[in-house]
This record gives sequence, structure tokens and C-alpha cells, in this order.
Amino acid sequence: MTRDPGYNFAYLDESTKRMIRRAILKGVAIPGHQVPFGAREMPLPYGWGTGGIQVTAAVIGPADVLKVIDQGADDTTNAVSIRAFFRRVAGVATTERTAEATVIQTRHRIPERALTENQILVYQVPMPEPLFRLEARIAETKRMHALADYGLMHVKLYEDIARHGHIATSYNYPVMVNGRYLMSPSPIPAFDNPKMDRMPALQLFGAGREKRIYAVPPYTSVRSLDFEDHPFRPIRAPHACTLCGARDSYLDEVLTDDRGGRIFVCSDTDHCAERQASREAAE
Amino acid sequence: MQTRFAGFADPVLDAQAGFRAVLEAMSRPGRVQQMVAPPEVPPGLSPAAASVLLTLADAATPLRLAAGAEAEAWARFHCGCPLVADGAAFVLDPAASLLALDAGTEEEPERGATLILEVASLQEGPRDERCWRLTGPGIKDAQRLQVGGAPAGFVADWARNRARFPRGVDVILCAGTRIAALPRSVSIEDA
Repeated sequence: MTRDPGYNFAYLDESTKRMIRRAILKGVAIPGHQVPFGAREMPLPYGWGTGGIQVTAAVIGPADVLKVIDQGADDTTNAVSIRAFFRRVAGVATTERTAEATVIQTRHRIPERALTENQILVYQVPMPEPLFRLEARIAETKRMHALADYGLMHVKLYEDIARHGHIATSYNYPVMVNGRYLMSPSPIPAFDNPKMDRMPALQLFGAGREKRIYAVPPYTSVRSLDFEDHPFRPIRAPHACTLCGARDSYLDEVLTDDRGGRIFVCSDTDHCAERQASREAAE
Repeated sequence: MQTRFAGFADPVLDAQAGFRAVLEAMSRPGRVQQMVAPPEVPPGLSPAAASVLLTLADAATPLRLAAGAEAEAWARFHCGCPLVADGAAFVLDPAASLLALDAGTEEEPERGATLILEVASLQEGPRDERCWRLTGPGIKDAQRLQVGGAPAGFVADWARNRARFPRGVDVILCAGTRIAALPRSVSIEDA
């Protein structure tokens, strides 16, 4: 694939890339800490992955193979257009196969297949501050992070238990990184939280509108907040995938008609397609 | 003074490859990475250190440099960075003490400086010889790193740097064209 010569490699200018790269390095050195950066205006609106795209653009090179997923799917508008963007401005190869990718940009899912040391996972983050619903003042949340004062989040989880009998947070479930920083895992389902813990791949997080970058280095402890008598439980729909039969993957509920018909299918389209192909091969 | 020495052969792609090497080094502390070397480097700088500066330093990053007049002219031209004595974001000065550099604040620890440290040699994990044993984020169990020519008392200073986490200074070790990184989160034992 040849790239469009009208743009610098990977769209951003070099001084912007250096600024983002320095922020990423400090993020890696302080796992879970949000590093401010000068997010640029990108050729797509906020909420479509401007933070993730800028991180990917600062990281990606001509030898990389890029995969982009949106809620686990490779074939949604956001994923397709971000892949097309990087094919055009960086000339990189793209793939839908998790195993073949070296850089995976994701919106709100972690692939089912275990990631390796040779991969980098880039999350699109709408709101990097895990405490923002509890404390709106950034000056206050900065101080709470400085003091590792996270009692407020425990009170919130406790109130969940008092009201509902269990912790009623099914996505964007707060985590402690390396025992120091409270971090938003971005709105991935709580089902995916355990995959972040001691993951061999480097995890980078970019929030474009909020202008923050943070990171989890490989093999770093990521613990979902919980209580001794209410341990964290990853939740999934109690069904098997209609297409591939998986009982261990995260499922989407799909309405099939207007008479109450519904099926459950894997949210990770590559994982599902791979399982269907291997099942067909076996038959 | 003007410089006679060139920068990267390909400023865009070499900087990208250089960044990935530094990123890999920083996210897997103690693993040795190969840097993209510029075709020529001024006297006083190793190819790896020159490459790190070309990759990361620019007008927004004050640099404290003590590597001779040729290196200063080269850095001023290719990186465009202000050369300062205090408050530097990047420090390449053998006389710099780890604990005297800017360590950031509790609220903004990312303001901590990055120390670029020239050493004689870098070698990953020889089992029987005397070397450092690194543990912390980015390391599966433990990583062994042999550093030739580290400053005297570095491991003791590092323990104090580590103790003030999240404040602290991050270190990029350079030897020839090879680098290894010590983010402030890592612990070093002299084993």
C-alpha cells in the first residue's frame, strides 16, 4: 500500500509526534498516571477515537500491522474508517486477525485471544478520570491521585452494594494499577478487566477531548476494586454464541425481528470467525 | 559555532524507529534495545545518546548537556532545544546527580526529568556474573542487566529515587548503539 504523499507519515507533524511520544514515555514510567498532552484537532469528531488515533500515529511505523476494533467488531464504521485513515496516511498494512496485528487500536473491548509481547494495545478513552462522577473539580481529583486518596470510590461501590445487593458497575469498572493509581480502564466491559492484569502486551490509553495519555506497562498488576465479602466478578450473558457456540467469550445481544426474537453472538468478530472456521474444518 | 555533523538520515522514519526502541526499553526495563544510529555523531556523544536526543528533544524540552562544544552546537541545530543548567527535561551530563534533578511534583510527577546516562557496556542477563536484578512493572519475574561503568553509588541513589515514587527521574542508559531504560517504577538489587 502506498501512502498519500500530501501528508506527513502518519498524519501528525513531527513536533506533535515528539510531544505525544514524550507523554507516552512518562505514562509508561508512572503506570496508571494521567499525563496531559496537547491533543490536536483530528479529521474526525471527538468521541470517534481522536485520542487513540493520536497515540497510534505517534507509535506506528511502516513495518507495523494495524488492527482496529469497535466494541470487538472489525467491520463497524469507526473501525473501517480508522484502518482506511492509516492505510492512506502511513501506508501500513491492516488486518482483522488479532494474531497478525502488532498494533491494535480498540474502542471498548479487549480481544478474546491472549495478546503477546510483540503487540501494543491502544485504547480510545472518552473520560480518563475515574473519579469524575464523584468529584467534578480537576484540581481536587489531581490532589486525590497525588495522595492516593481513593476512599470516595470505595464509598461509591459500597453504596452500590447497599442499594442493589451487588456492585452494579458492568463497564468502565475502576482498577488499581500497580497498587498505586486508580485508573479508568475506558468503557470496556468488566468482563475484560481481568485480561489487563499482567498482560504481556503494552497498553496505551489516549483521550483526545480530555487531552490525557496514560499507560499500563507489560506484566503490571491491574486489580479491579472490590471488597473481601463482595469480590469482583466478571459478568457475561449466560448463553452460548449462536454462531460459534463459545461459552467463554463476551456476548452481544442482537434483536432478530419485532416479535421478541433475539440471539447472542460473540462481540469479538475475529474470535468468532476463527472458531467458526475451525469448526467447519473439523466437520 | 556551527555544526559539521548530520542528524538522522531519514528524520521521520528514523525518529519513529528510535521512539519504538525507547518505548520498548522503557516498558520492559533492563531489556537491551538497538537504537537507529545517525550516520555521524559529534564527539562526546555515543550514537545511542545522539539518537535519543534526535528522537525526543526539541524546542519544548530544555536540555542540560555536558558533552563538549561540538555536541552543543549539534544539539542546538538539530533539536533546536534550549541548553540550560537548571530545570532541564533531558539531562546528559556525567556530573548530574540522580537525586538533584527535577523529580516533578506529587500532582504532576510527569515533570520529572529524564537522565541520559552514557555507560561503557550493556548486557542482558548473564547468569553467573555480578549484575543488577530488576523487578517492577514491565518485568515478568526479574530481569538481569549487566551495566559496565555505571557511576559509583548509582544503585544506592536509585533506591532513594525509587522511594519517592511517583516523583522521580527516569534513566536511559546508552552504550554504543544500545540502550536500556530504568523507569522510576523499577527496583534494582545489586546481585
